Amino acid sequence: MNRYHLTHLKELEAESIFIIREVVAQFENPVLLFSGGKDSIVCHHLARKAFYPANVPFPLMHIDTGHNFEELYKFRDELVKETNARLIIASVQKSIDDGKVKEEKGINSSRNKLQTTTLLDAIEHHQFDCAMGGARRDEEKARAKERFFSHRDDFGQWDPKNQRPELWNLFNGKKSFGEHFRAFPISNWTEMDIWQYILQEKIKIPSLYFSHQRDCFIRNGVVMAKTSFTLTKPEEEITKMQVRFRTIGDATCTGATISNADNLEKIIDEVSSSRITERGGRADDKRSEAAMEDRKKEGYF
Amino acid sequence: MSDQYLNMDLLRFTTAGSVDDGKSTLIGRLLYDSKSIFEDQMEAIEIASSNKGEEKVNLALLTDGLRAEREQGITIDVAYRYFATPKRKFIIADTPGHVQYTRNMVTGASTANLAIILVDARKGIVEQTKRHSFIASLLGIPHIIYCINKMDLVNHEEEVFEKTKKELVDFSSKLTTKDIRFLPISALNGDNVVNRSKNMNWYEGSTLLHTLENIHIASDQNLIDCRFPVQHVIRPQKEEFHDFRGYAGRIAGGVFKKNDEVVLLPSGFQSRIKSIQIFDNELEEAFAPMSVTMTLEDDLDVSRGDMIVRVKNQPEILQDIEMMVCWMGEKPLLSRGKYTIKHTTNEVRCIVKEILYKVDINSLHRDTEDKSINCNDIARIAVRVTKPLFVDKYNINRTTGSLIIIDESTNNTVGSGMII
Repeated sequence: MNRYHLTHLKELEAESIFIIREVVAQFENPVLLFSGGKDSIVCHHLARKAFYPANVPFPLMHIDTGHNFEELYKFRDELVKETNARLIIASVQKSIDDGKVKEEKGINSSRNKLQTTTLLDAIEHHQFDCAMGGARRDEEKARAKERFFSHRDDFGQWDPKNQRPELWNLFNGKKSFGEHFRAFPISNWTEMDIWQYILQEKIKIPSLYFSHQRDCFIRNGVVMAKTSFTLTKPEEEITKMQVRFRTIGDATCTGATISNADNLEKIIDEVSSSRITERGGRADDKRSEAAMEDRKKEGYF
Repeated sequence: MSDQYLNMDLLRFTTAGSVDDGKSTLIGRLLYDSKSIFEDQMEAIEIASSNKGEEKVNLALLTDGLRAEREQGITIDVAYRYFATPKRKFIIADTPGHVQYTRNMVTGASTANLAIILVDARKGIVEQTKRHSFIASLLGIPHIIYCINKMDLVNHEEEVFEKTKKELVDFSSKLTTKDIRFLPISALNGDNVVNRSKNMNWYEGSTLLHTLENIHIASDQNLIDCRFPVQHVIRPQKEEFHDFRGYAGRIAGGVFKKNDEVVLLPSGFQSRIKSIQIFDNELEEAFAPMSVTMTLEDDLDVSRGDMIVRVKNQPEILQDIEMMVCWMGEKPLLSRGKYTIKHTTNEVRCIVKEILYKVDINSLHRDTEDKSINCNDIARIAVRVTKPLFVDKYNINRTTGSLIIIDESTNNTVGSGMII
């Protein structure tokens, strides 16, 4: 590499840091949505780089479905302690208890969709004017048209046909009272970029991403983990499998991959030879062709 | 696993072509032949194609993301696509061919290093070709590749390619773009896209992907004129960093080194660079487009919107600015109208003093009579801003030479400006 030319990871990093700083400069009360998954972990790492030696000038917010893996809660709490982060937890269980949302019924029920209400309520309660998230444009086709700075109306809704043009590195975060923004600093990263960056920067991630033994069953061709809150049909046989997770979401809708990859190098090899996208294992996207677009319009991440 | 990824760089390109030039097919082909389409994505578009009663798998469906687009078979908005080879990561800004064409292409072109312009081998240069070329050149894209497509429909004849190439060479001499290349391809059959064509042995140049992988982009950044717009001031309220005052920002031009003598704009105070850092890593030097934090030897009053530059190489400090503007608002541009401008990390108000002329983007003719500037029009205008901006000409620096115009009643971005 030429001395005055950046590698793709360094250029992506520079772009994302610029966007995170721009959010802090343009908004009064931003927040970083933190799921404990690799993308939000990378966002948090970039935020620490952006403001060092000062602390990250915004809190993390976890929209907790209550249906996450134990490993994830443990990881989240350790990260908060180690990096001196401020953490806000918004609970989907509380939204259910308050009667704001109704739990889905049936074997494929998931709290994934309910998160939207909890998220919008929390944004309003804490008066956040910009919620940053770790969504990437390569994840899903509706995301490919998302802006870095995404304008939301009073109801938190996204109007994909009426987005502001976004040119050069000039971001327009102007809004009227009551409106807010979503900002996506790692829009231009791919799954592979994330893994390479985690390796390059030696970033800690939850053990769920590495190969381990777990009680699992198979539904619609997807390997699902057996937890205390997943319902299984009688014919669904529970067996010990050697698995890891490519994405980490709500345990009720996140599929595992049969894998022996127990370190980052092996994961990168596995991802580069994989013929299936990471969301291929997400039951929530399989509901319909426009599932993601519909959830995003309502105010999903 | 090798460490090859530590040597990869990033190329951003935009694709332009009119509706039937096969642009979506070309992108689909690039993604498919470079093995960047996954089985579940392929499966999804196979089902969607057969649901629509189409016989072949429609690769164009890969790029149609929104429900309305799939239903109407059109593309509404700029979509970003990603693929990588062991040498490079690529970001494609895929812009639609008809609705809001200019606005979308300008958006996609604003961050691109390279433009692919598709030309139908049967038709040669058409109005759209001129329009795409003009926008690519206006937006300062350093490299243009003309892909003469559908060679299969002209029997892969060399004469057809040479004739179209000659027309393009003559036409493009009017453009400011310096690096212009020509490729005969068939996106449908994959000839010269990723794999060499067996049907065009007379062609001795590289394939499209090989060109994209090897084109030299390291000198596209301005590494001569040092510009550091201050984005944010870092003042940690911590015991151990008691006197720390860091200026965070993204270098917009040049190479800054430790101990460089610098001047602060607008105050004009001089100082020296004490440190340049990214996180806890101290650097000897940093260059565009890195995001860094700098500290200075002297304790000065610096805030967002200020610019750190070299003493002997300063930008222009202007309150009266002339620019080419691409209008993107639903309401027309108002002469004497007041707008907000965002330029680097500055925000100012402006008044439109004069509309000098409108450009007919098909003929490149300058119209000084009709000065009604509507959405998708390109014009030369003069504005006066409320406080001086630190600017370079757009063709010298795409960061310090660009700005956006915002409607104060709707907060929408309604124009993009390239400073002359």
